[in-house]
Amino acid sequence: MSHKIVVGYDGSESADAALSFAIGVARAQGGSVVIAHVLEWSPYSFLTPTELEERHMRRSEELERAKSALLDPVVAKLSDSGVEVKTALKYGHIAETLCEVAKDEGADQIVIGRTGHSSLSSRLFGSVAGSLAQAGPVPVTIVP
Amino acid sequence: MNTLFKTAPLSAAALLAVSTPAMAQSLDQTINDGFAAATGWFVSFIFSPFPGTTFPWIVAWLVVAATVFTLYFGFIQFRGFRHSISLVKGDYSDPNDAGEVSHFQALATALSGTVGLGNIAGVAVAVGIGGPGATFWMILAGLLGMASKFTECTLGVKYRNEYPDGKVSGGPMYYMTKGFAERGLPMGKFLAVLFSVFCILGALGGGNMFQANQAHAQISNVVGDYPGWITGIVFAGIVFAVIVGGLQSIAKVTEKVVPFMGVMYVLTALVIIFMNYDMIGWAFGQIFAGAFTGLGVAGGMVGALIQGFKRAAFSNEAGVGSAAIAHSAVRTKEPITEGYVSLLEPFIDTVVVCTMTALVIIITGQLVSDPETGLYLLNEAGTAIQTQDGNSGVALTSAAFSSAFGWFQYVLAIAVILFAFSTMISWSYYGLKAWTFLFGEGAGKELAFKIIFCIFVVIGASASLGPVIDFSDAAIFAMAVVNIIALYFLVPVVKAELDSYLTRLKSGEIKKFN
Repeated sequence: MSHKIVVGYDGSESADAALSFAIGVARAQGGSVVIAHVLEWSPYSFLTPTELEERHMRRSEELERAKSALLDPVVAKLSDSGVEVKTALKYGHIAETLCEVAKDEGADQIVIGRTGHSSLSSRLFGSVAGSLAQAGPVPVTIVP
Repeated sequence: MNTLFKTAPLSAAALLAVSTPAMAQSLDQTINDGFAAATGWFVSFIFSPFPGTTFPWIVAWLVVAATVFTLYFGFIQFRGFRHSISLVKGDYSDPNDAGEVSHFQALATALSGTVGLGNIAGVAVAVGIGGPGATFWMILAGLLGMASKFTECTLGVKYRNEYPDGKVSGGPMYYMTKGFAERGLPMGKFLAVLFSVFCILGALGGGNMFQANQAHAQISNVVGDYPGWITGIVFAGIVFAVIVGGLQSIAKVTEKVVPFMGVMYVLTALVIIFMNYDMIGWAFGQIFAGAFTGLGVAGGMVGALIQGFKRAAFSNEAGVGSAAIAHSAVRTKEPITEGYVSLLEPFIDTVVVCTMTALVIIITGQLVSDPETGLYLLNEAGTAIQTQDGNSGVALTSAAFSSAFGWFQYVLAIAVILFAFSTMISWSYYGLKAWTFLFGEGAGKELAFKIIFCIFVVIGASASLGPVIDFSDAAIFAMAVVNIIALYFLVPVVKAELDSYLTRLKSGEIKKFN
């Protein structure tokens, strides 16, 4: 069976380490990699009227920026790695959305870095790695 | 120049009498007199009663419309309540649309524009003049108003403008022009222009001056009396920083804190009500008895009814058209879903929050009644009910809450400032939308409006309660005059949307995502 690995990727050093680990595994097992980037978003946050009006425009800009500045370069870099690579770009709660991507793609594994772009809130409310370890639908590998 | 107000209808005269004592500050006085002189005629017109009665035609206008929509849509506010909750929870939202404005966000933003001083100060004015019975009529108006809101917000989304850059503009101006054109009706453009003019006045009045005025009243209530223009200038400076300087971070903080303040306000009210649980039955007795007899208030039963209806409309803005502007940015393929969501707004605003204020004022015994007859005693002018410490407006609410928790006046002062501020930000946006509809978009034109808006903050904080509250009411109700005419002509559109949506919901074509 072909091995499919979802990598949570945010451009941090730790995410790069996770990605190269995943590429290594995929190459060894003849599998493929899904590079998933999640834009943090809650439908229950509060916006001002101006933000409301501009939301659709901002969303398009954010998606475009994530694609051109983050995902496209990394895919280009991996073009000669010999591993089949595709991307997923989503809005939502990071850990939950990574789980969804894994389910939708029928992946057998999730790989993430231990510390992404960590913020104060992740220190207070638990990190993505912690949540995934608890809630992941498939085996989760956390790369230091 | 005050004679204008003496000839104004009951409400204006009554409010003037309960307004704050003559201020020594001459600058405030000058602004106040000038303001009363400039706006008196407008106020008199909007609140003129039906000939031979004391019943203002504008109140009937709003209630009749809300009743017509309620019947026309078969009590949608009750039938559709559960579906509304379901939509807000995101049960019907496509996960692939994450990152777009959700139903919850549109509702929360619209609510932060309406939940404000109307709920705190406005209700105190209603109960202070109309007695506990005003609460009954206020709740009734809130329930009926849910249907008006349903209608206008559906239309707001249906006829919004979506620009190539992804921005969205919607509101009554757009359904008046596009909706009328689509149905081959004349006068759409005329109504839209008229609405925009009133919307600008409403933004400067109820959405600005009334807020600044009551925020100042509450602050000076806590820290002692000082000239209103000082509060005005500070507020104007912060508002300026946000709407002109683009300091969205201040607005963002407010948007986040306001909902928590709202929840805290309701919880505190509930605690006070349950602390006096033996009085709950009595309070509801007063509300029902007062609703139909008036219990001695000025104007009797009709007086209670007018106050209740007026305050409800001013607080939840159903039929006014303002919410249609805020709701139109939501991401949905079905305009009717936003109608469903918006009907929760008058419910939360009026049926829940306003009722809490009224109950706390009644239960804590702020209103003075004659122990022998059970009727309320009126003040010397005979225009409002005597209160324990002679308070009115926001000070009355503050006194009621503080009688249970002394510290609450400080929390209330902060809540009032934040509510006032978030309402101002919302209304500066509504006003700006109307302004750009009239004069076109452009940085210079937008800046002109924003500066005018800030100047009115200072005027509002300096004027005494009477003239400001009257003008605020008048401007906001004038929007409703135009908006409801448009709604009458466009209801068949909403009906068609509703029928089609319900059919597809039943057939399973529209399904839940989670």
